[in-house]
Amino acid sequence: MSAAQSVVAGNWLTRLLGRLGRRVLGTVSWLGDMATITVSSLALIFAPPWQGRHFVLQLYALGVGSFIIIAITGAFTGMVLSLQGYYTLAKFGSESLLGSAVALSIIRELGPVLGALMLVGRAGSSITAEIGIMRVTEQLDALKMMAVNPQARIILPRIVATTVALPLLVSMFDIIGLGAGYVVGVELLGVNAGAFTGEMIAKIFPEDLYAGWSKALAFGVLIGSICTYMGYRAVPTTEGVARATTQAVVIGSVAILMLDYILTSFFL
Amino acid sequence: MIRAEKLTRRFGDTVALDHTDVHIREHAITVIMGGSGSGKTTLLRLLSALDVPSSGSVWFDGDDLAHIGRKRLYELRSRMGMVFQYSALLNSLNVYDNVAFPLHEHTDLDESVIRTIVSMKLEQVGLRGFEHLMPSELSGGMAKRVAFARALAMDPEVVFFDEPTSGLDPISAGVVTTLIQDLSHKTNMTSIVVTHDVHAGLSIADHVILLWQGRVIAEGSADDIRNSSDERVTQFIEGRPDGPIPFSRSKTAYLDDLLGEAAGDRA
Repeated sequence: MSAAQSVVAGNWLTRLLGRLGRRVLGTVSWLGDMATITVSSLALIFAPPWQGRHFVLQLYALGVGSFIIIAITGAFTGMVLSLQGYYTLAKFGSESLLGSAVALSIIRELGPVLGALMLVGRAGSSITAEIGIMRVTEQLDALKMMAVNPQARIILPRIVATTVALPLLVSMFDIIGLGAGYVVGVELLGVNAGAFTGEMIAKIFPEDLYAGWSKALAFGVLIGSICTYMGYRAVPTTEGVARATTQAVVIGSVAILMLDYILTSFFL
Repeated sequence: MIRAEKLTRRFGDTVALDHTDVHIREHAITVIMGGSGSGKTTLLRLLSALDVPSSGSVWFDGDDLAHIGRKRLYELRSRMGMVFQYSALLNSLNVYDNVAFPLHEHTDLDESVIRTIVSMKLEQVGLRGFEHLMPSELSGGMAKRVAFARALAMDPEVVFFDEPTSGLDPISAGVVTTLIQDLSHKTNMTSIVVTHDVHAGLSIADHVILLWQGRVIAEGSADDIRNSSDERVTQFIEGRPDGPIPFSRSKTAYLDDLLGEAAGDRA
């Protein structure tokens, strides 16, 4: 390699490292800002005035509003698991294990993860869009001018609502998923009803339920934090809100899967 | 009452406000005027503590707004009101709840008393009877008036108006302008109006501040401004395209660029 080629390669490497460094610094700064906004908002939970009414309204809008999509997802997840599980287990003559296989998959893994992904898609996007539009139309500034802290009034109730709503929704997901799995396994594929439910009850321990609920709780905080933050910091333009909404769903979904891996390794 | 000292606000390399001193007179209507990008909205946001200066201070009754805690700031804000450029009514609430919002938040008044106050404030802006309408059902002028009623709900000492007549038809603009003048004088409040509407601004102003490139270039009564010999002031007042305030923001002359390109092509 000639001296000139070395210089060009060196410059290229410097630019690459510079760009990488800026990207890393930007991400760290973004995470720090989000953590600051989330923690300072959550700290207001003990400060008057109590936002109970707004929390209940958000719980209804986010929780009850997401129930149908959670129920449909839960039902089809249970049905597919049962169908797929049956044909896999049948190869080894272990169809009787279908109940426990379906239950463990749903309660420990698919319930929290798919429930969280559905919530971030359905409710998370609306949280980001709503707060982003409030920023564009100066409603957040109007709250400040009326001596109302937007973090207490807008962000806090939504984070608490997603945190409380998701474990409840995941419980619904689990129940509906298990029911649907039972119908496919027992009624359609002919697995013995006693074997299905007996295996299910025998192989599910309280720790499995705690693991699922703990994941749902953690995902709820994560969804609330990311989606409120993205709306709160949205660039105050139409395009900015659209981008923030897309990013909230994408970043939220990826973060859920990453956190799921960490939590799964912790709970095993 | 409100005093800004050496107020500077930078956005990256852009200096929106440059070492500006402003004194807002108590119980008077101060109109801040200037062309687009002159720094008037930035100044309003700094005076109302919606933004923090890069340097300098904003004094409100002895408190430097940039250096006080949130609790004290919110105490001071309960003495302020603001009418935003696009009204900023809370979309999820109807007219009644929008106007009653600060009362619900900061007082323990009985709902019947709040209802009376809301009715009174809406009557002042000529919209009593429209309590049930949602913001999406209001015209621009009506929304501005509801925002005005909301700003007045707590009987503030200071009200900020950001472009109160922008986007309104002449009649609605006239109604809003008259309302600002009447209510300011009747309630003895301090009004700070940011506008580029010369006619409306000068017609209601007790005191005028004219900004250009982030600096105050003229200050005084409406007559002082009308009779100013400063060419920048007369150009702005008369709306002349030619003068010391350039229309084009381009950094280089278009003709030079064209000739330069043509010369480059030939070479």
